[in-house]
Amino acid sequence: MSDLRSLRLSFLALALLALPLSLRAQQQNTCLDCHGSADGNLKITSEQIAQDIHFQKGLTCASCHGGDPTSMEAMDPKKGFKGHISHNKVPELCASCHANGSYMRGFNPSLRTDQLAQYKTSVHGKKLAAGDTHVAVCIDCHGVHGIRPASDTRSPVYPTNVAKTCSRCHADREYMKAYDIKTDQFAGYSASVHYDALAVRGDLSAPTCTTCHGNHGAAPPGVASVENVCSTCHVLQAQLFDTSKHKAAFQSAGFPGCVTCHSNHRISKPSDTLLGTGPGAVCVNCHVQGDAGFALAASVHKELVATQAAIARSDEILTRAERDGMEVSQAQLELIDARDRLTKARVTQHSSQAAKINEDIKVARTVSDKTYEAGVQAMKERNYRRLGLGISLITIAAMVLGLRLFITDLERKK
Amino acid sequence: MQASNDRNPSPTIDSDEGGAPDKSARRGFIKVLLGGGLLASAGSFFYPVLRYLVPPAAVDMGGDTVIAAKVGDLKPNSSKIFKFGSRPGLLVMRSDGAYVAMAATCTHLSCTVQYRSDIRQVWCACHNGIYDLAGRNVSGPPPRPLEVYDVHVSGEDIAVGRKREA
Amino acid sequence: MSAFVVIRDWLDERFGWAELIAPLKHKTVPLHRLSYWYFLGGITLFLFVLQVCTGILLLLYYRASANEAYESVQYISTKVQFGWLIRSIHSWSANLMILTAFAHMFSVLFLRSYRKPRELTWVTGAVLLFLSMGFGFSGYLLPWNTLAFFATKVGTDVAGQVPFIGHFIVVFLRGGEEVTGATLTRFFGFHVAVLPGITTLLLAIHVLLVQRFGISVPPSVEKQWIADPSARSEMKFFPNFMLREMMAWYIALGVLGVLAAMSPWGIGAKAEPFASAPAGIKPEWYFLFMFQTLKLLPSKIWFIDGELLGVLGFGLAGALWVFLPFLEQPRWQWARVFIIGLGVFALAYMGSMTVYGFIAK
Repeated sequence: MSDLRSLRLSFLALALLALPLSLRAQQQNTCLDCHGSADGNLKITSEQIAQDIHFQKGLTCASCHGGDPTSMEAMDPKKGFKGHISHNKVPELCASCHANGSYMRGFNPSLRTDQLAQYKTSVHGKKLAAGDTHVAVCIDCHGVHGIRPASDTRSPVYPTNVAKTCSRCHADREYMKAYDIKTDQFAGYSASVHYDALAVRGDLSAPTCTTCHGNHGAAPPGVASVENVCSTCHVLQAQLFDTSKHKAAFQSAGFPGCVTCHSNHRISKPSDTLLGTGPGAVCVNCHVQGDAGFALAASVHKELVATQAAIARSDEILTRAERDGMEVSQAQLELIDARDRLTKARVTQHSSQAAKINEDIKVARTVSDKTYEAGVQAMKERNYRRLGLGISLITIAAMVLGLRLFITDLERKK
Repeated sequence: MQASNDRNPSPTIDSDEGGAPDKSARRGFIKVLLGGGLLASAGSFFYPVLRYLVPPAAVDMGGDTVIAAKVGDLKPNSSKIFKFGSRPGLLVMRSDGAYVAMAATCTHLSCTVQYRSDIRQVWCACHNGIYDLAGRNVSGPPPRPLEVYDVHVSGEDIAVGRKREA
Repeated sequence: MSAFVVIRDWLDERFGWAELIAPLKHKTVPLHRLSYWYFLGGITLFLFVLQVCTGILLLLYYRASANEAYESVQYISTKVQFGWLIRSIHSWSANLMILTAFAHMFSVLFLRSYRKPRELTWVTGAVLLFLSMGFGFSGYLLPWNTLAFFATKVGTDVAGQVPFIGHFIVVFLRGGEEVTGATLTRFFGFHVAVLPGITTLLLAIHVLLVQRFGISVPPSVEKQWIADPSARSEMKFFPNFMLREMMAWYIALGVLGVLAAMSPWGIGAKAEPFASAPAGIKPEWYFLFMFQTLKLLPSKIWFIDGELLGVLGFGLAGALWVFLPFLEQPRWQWARVFIIGLGVFALAYMGSMTVYGFIAK
């Protein structure tokens, strides 16, 4: 046996020696020779290789799969070939480099190296550790061959693509059958202002799934923490909410802040109907006729709607005046002030304190009344101008008529 | 046009040919119409011109320089919003007593920014954007810095103007 | 003796003008079915005088620096009593004047009033027409709004296409390489001093020549009158035609009043030199036909740059236009037809190109 073995080995050695030098000098990727023309899951194209960040940095198939890419016996277990990496082994494999600080420093010192640690705290990580292979691992989000860096707009984890990536599982009813969570998050998010800002307007500061849930340590924030998450951007609303009676009430009832009224995924642009006692209002979910909150909600709603109407009234008359040629740009500017104040009132109402809210409402009303007056003045001036025009046209007509008659008279005397 | 087929000097305006009463009444009417019309039309032209010549009360035309505040209006580490042409501007007196001024319209979604004396930076309440006192967007969503204006103290006035082109 | 006569005689004793204006009393205007066209010159003159008057009034408040121009126009339009009226009349009358100037030129062309000995009246008139367009171009920039700023940029860019001296022309017009506050100051100087000075001189010559040689009679009418002398009809200028002109001038004033009050000239947005040009920038309507032509010309014709060819073409056409009467030489019997044909072509071309320029994106 050992003879045969040593024969095979020497034959191998001979074959290797016989290979032309150039071939040996090339970083030959023999994996591609077969896998490039394979079928289905086994097919790996050279395009994928070309766009993969690992290959660009000089790593090879063997860096993850083991084996020897320079030889025709690439898939030799003796050369360390691991073959297909099973789903639950992927995080450990990736972390073998990505969690190694000194190794990663040689490539990109500012990349984080705590992904695996974070992952272990996530719902995905915990379930994986318990034996569930249904959950996401590194390659499910980042891709497997042809991995682009997260800063590349084509990467599945680039901010504008994240929601779609998550929805591959989380919006799939069939796939999520075994779990006790809904699958409407992506549908809700797609209808939200955040989605509109991020995916439609391209505002990268807008949140996506990972902004609120974390990326590697992905998990829902938890009822007590929701307000903290929202307030990283919506600071003022959170501060005002903290001064309101709702804060303590929600805490004791176990309601999450923000989400209770605004929803978590399907966050639409709030309108004045959200506040109050009418249809579509959230206040009446808890408050009933007769309690103080009900009364406050009704009155704030009334004030907001009335202020909006006052602003619209000013806008209408100023637009009319402008169309008729009057110069009203200063008043239109001041109207922006009124609009800003109304927006502020809508923010201040998170405090549920009538005094604070009314302060903003009052300023908004004062300004819109003032601009309305300016519009009225402009229309008065416009009418005055038309009157003046009429008078001068009459005098001109008189003059023209007089001249006409005079000429006729003059020329009749022949 | 009617022909005045005539090589003789035409009658002057003052001559009176026919003596018939309705003719002179007609001529009288024409004189009134002409004279009145001339006076009235001249009046309707010169009245606006004369009013135009009188300068209005508000002499300041605005322009690229605005008096944002008076010396003494602001304490160190405080600010004031002022109207700069068509937009709001922010005038800040730093803790060291120097003035800086910049546009007050946030470059994210156009809310009006404010100066926060606790963090000594400019803050946008809408989505927690932060700019430093040189207008640079240093934190949060704002994608671009705020336009910084020139501040010039002359006597009691703090004048803010756009940075001049060379 | 009426007061009028007393004053008149007193002044005449000290100015001695009775002798000089006596010939004017005999001035006549030929009467025929085409006589209505004779009003156009007077209306153009009236509108020019109106421009000078409203322009002087605007000068009392306007400030010609990039920092203050826009604000001063806004001030005039909003704060000054009847400022809106003066300003709108000035803007509308400018356009009206250019329109009547063109109409006057074409009517003179088709009535063939440019023939000997009136060639120099035509020459001064053609130059006056170009000057009025120069007035329009320089005045348009003065409010310093976005449209004007970019229209000036585009317009002066075209001037740079002239071979050899193009760059010099651009720098001369702009007061620098780019359109800046220096351009505004310079255009202001052109608009209120240089152009008015030259125009007044040429206008004086033009009007004097008209007085000297009288109003021309179209050849077809002349033929008629020679055949039948009794058909000859003339009207005295003073007072008959003059009174009719006054009617026309009053009507023009009424039209301007309506335009100024019902459709006032807007201010637009202040020019921001570093902003990008808004889409669809076009010059004022009287330049549209040239602008549209340049847009339509291909980038290269043969080996010559298309825009250059266009600019040279218009330059040549302008020069041809000034010296048009001299084409009518007795030895060239087709001259008359050629000139009329040229006129028809020019009118049709300019008209259709202007319309095209309006509706094109």
